[in-house]
Amino acid sequence: MNLESIPLQAFLITSSILFCIGIWGLLNSRNAVRVLMCIELMLNAVNINLMAFSSFVDNNLIQGQVFTIFVITVAAAEAAVGLAILLSLYRNRVTVDMESFNLLKW
Amino acid sequence: MSIAVSTQLICFSVLSLVVIIGALGVVLLESIVYSAFLLAGVFLSIAGLYLLLNASFVAAAQVLVYVGAVNVLIIFAIMLVNKKEDLKPIDNLNSRRIISTSICLTLLSLLIRVDLSKVWVLASPNSSIGEESIYRIGEHLFSDYLLPFEVASVLLLMAMIGAIVLARKDVMNQDISTGLPVDQELIEKTKESFLIKKN
Repeated sequence: MNLESIPLQAFLITSSILFCIGIWGLLNSRNAVRVLMCIELMLNAVNINLMAFSSFVDNNLIQGQVFTIFVITVAAAEAAVGLAILLSLYRNRVTVDMESFNLLKW
Repeated sequence: MSIAVSTQLICFSVLSLVVIIGALGVVLLESIVYSAFLLAGVFLSIAGLYLLLNASFVAAAQVLVYVGAVNVLIIFAIMLVNKKEDLKPIDNLNSRRIISTSICLTLLSLLIRVDLSKVWVLASPNSSIGEESIYRIGEHLFSDYLLPFEVASVLLLMAMIGAIVLARKDVMNQDISTGLPVDQELIEKTKESFLIKKN
């Protein structure tokens, strides 16, 4: 299967749009669980970028795919710790509203 | 245009449309449960994009880790913290929306401009390793990426222990060396929060 049909730019633009949607959601959502979901969206956008470059530019050594596997590993660890932090935060403050977590605000 | 090329184009368009519309739904929908299930759809279509890029192993890992583990974890978290609460209104919400939207649109236009203006040096498709990629990934993981591979295992262990310690209620209720009970209130209060606002 050759890849000449789909241009590299199409993958890059898709991942750019996905990344910007993730940033918008990160800035605007008030539910802490949705913030974690937006972080996952942004990590996936980065993964699409890495995979596209490894398949178009470096298609023999495919180091980008190895990087993607490491990113998936780190994202899984991040999701587990993030949700545990969320649970203990919920136990202390009894809310998941991002606006009420102002402990580090000066 | 041969039939293989048009099939690839149709697959790519459908998958990327599902990714973008699903991501918009994740961000914009009111119900967080719908968002979580849409997120699973986004992850699955990203795995489809990986299949279009000749990476079957990473696509399988994406489905296993993201859809199978991360998404289930998110749904469980929603189940545990799902409380209907009336969010108190915040002032200058509109200006906040406008500023963040303009920042995101600026970043998007910048990224798209870079994507389109740079001329990428592409490798020839004849050197593509294709479906042999899983062997090459294995070689990488056990030769030049061996140290990150081992560090990743330590990271996963630390994340597991950290998640258990953070999410447990009865964490360390007695001292390990003396066996005396530790003041649980100092570590975590269950009834009355000490993180309560001072004002």
